Order: sequence, then structure tokens, then C-alpha cells
Amino acid sequence: MTCSDFLKELTDYLDESMDAQTRAELEDHLQWCHNCYVVCNTTKMTIEIYRDSHLYELPDELRGRLRSAIMSKCKGHEGPCT
Amino acid sequence: MGTIQPKVAEPAGDEMALVHAAKAGDVSAFEQLVHRYDRNVFRIAQHITQNREDAEDVVQDAFLKAYQNLANFHEQSKFYTWLVRIAVNEALMRLRRRRPERMVSLDEDIKTEEDSMPREVADWAPNPEQLYTQGELKEILGKTIQGLPPSFRTVFVLRDVEGLSTEETADALDLSIPAVKSRLLRARLQLRERLSKYFKNRTSGDGKK
Ligand SMILES: [Zn+2]
Repeated sequence: MTCSDFLKELTDYLDESMDAQTRAELEDHLQWCHNCYVVCNTTKMTIEIYRDSHLYELPDELRGRLRSAIMSKCKGHEGPCT
Repeated sequence: MGTIQPKVAEPAGDEMALVHAAKAGDVSAFEQLVHRYDRNVFRIAQHITQNREDAEDVVQDAFLKAYQNLANFHEQSKFYTWLVRIAVNEALMRLRRRRPERMVSLDEDIKTEEDSMPREVADWAPNPEQLYTQGELKEILGKTIQGLPPSFRTVFVLRDVEGLSTEETADALDLSIPAVKSRLLRARLQLRERLSKYFKNRTSGDGKK
């Protein structure tokens, strides 16, 4: 397995959607290829940082405002078309 | 090495009951659905549009459209996936309006060697987020994701931030599964590359700041 083969499988590897055989080959590559090890590790950290960052949280005040706007528009509308 | 487990919010069992009630005209049932998903829709909209005002409009319009079109929700998919599809379309429409000079399309799939070949291979600090204050960190993350093509940002936010499965993401975006996977891989690698500049381990390597 080459580094670019490894890279192609990286997404499936991180998402755990692959057969045991491919997984074992990837893990073998990680044993000796430091670059791929680092890329794999830091890609995983990238995902975790974004997931845990609370980037673009909806502030409570805005949330309340949006909700009343939505609900008053829905009430003004005749209701779901059937 | 451990792998990533998406934080998929399992819909509560009463969700279909809420949808049915809302379909029958019960506005308060619909309000509960809004309450359940408004933060997700806002986050998705903000990731795609990169504009606060647009994101606010997307939240309002997406829910209103969902309400008006409930009869067309045939329940083969989750309500949330259906709502996400509406929200993504609204968000892309606003992005196009703001940047008519640029092609904004989900089919956008720029392929260059440069995007996908990692150049920065220094390992990161063990707790990279602790190198910065909360505010600085958000600024770095926001600036970084803003630099990705819209189609990459969209796939990344659905799959990695919101925790939709590959199938649900493909369904919400009308993309094939291989298309989702290829965009996701490039989105992840490009973000990784750009974040390395901020997060790489400064105690090892060449020692320069
Ligand atoms: Zn390698």
C-alpha cells in the first residue's frame, strides 16, 4: 500500500466503514509510515475540534426572536396544504 | 488509533407523532419540531452562507417552507433529513444571490493534486484547542472553513458537525455516495492542512515559532 492509497481510504477508515482486511492493511501502513500516521491523527483532531467548538451557536435572544417570527408566519398561513 | 463516532441525535420516538399532529394543523406540534432543530438549521445555514443575516433568514424560510410542504413529506426519510434538504437549498440560494459572480453549486468538485496531497506533516500539540482562548479558537475555525468551496463546507457540516450518515448526507444533497465521500475527504484534508499552521506542536520540529 502506498501513501496515496492510504489517503484514498482515510475517510472510510475514520468513519469505520470498511472490511477487516482493508482495515488491517491500513493499520499496517500506519505502523511504519510516520507521515500517514500524522495526517490520520491530525485529520481526526480537525474533525473533533470542529465538532466540539460550538462554532455558530444560536444565541438565546435570537433564537426566541426567530421562533416567534416563524410561528407567527405559520399561523398566518392556512396550515399545511393537504 | 481510535476512530470517529458521529454524535447522531436519535430522533425521539414521539417525532412521528409530532409530524402527524403538525400535518393535521396542530401549530404547537410544529413549534416543538422548530424547538428541536432550530439550532441545527442555524449552524448549517451559517456554515454554508458565512453570513449571519442570511443564516437568520434561512432559519425562518426553511421552517416556513417545511410547514407549508408537510403534506409532501412522505416519511420514508427522517423529518430532520428532509428539513436539512430544504435548509441547504435555501442557504445555497442566498449564497448565489450574494455572489452572483461565482458559481455556487453542490456539483462543484475541484480536483487538483494540491488539495489532496498533504504538505504539512508536523504533528499537532496534544491539546491544540488549549493553545488559544475560546474566542480566538472560534475565529480561527471560522476563517478556516470560510476558505473552503461551498460544496465542501456543506458536506463537512452535515457529515462531521451535524453527524448525519454518509447516506443521509447524500440523500439531503442529492449527491451520490462516492461524491459525498470524495468531497468529505477533500474538505477534511484541506481543513487539516490549514489548521496545522495554528496547531502544530511547537516544542518539537524546528523549534521556530
Ligand atoms: Zn504513508
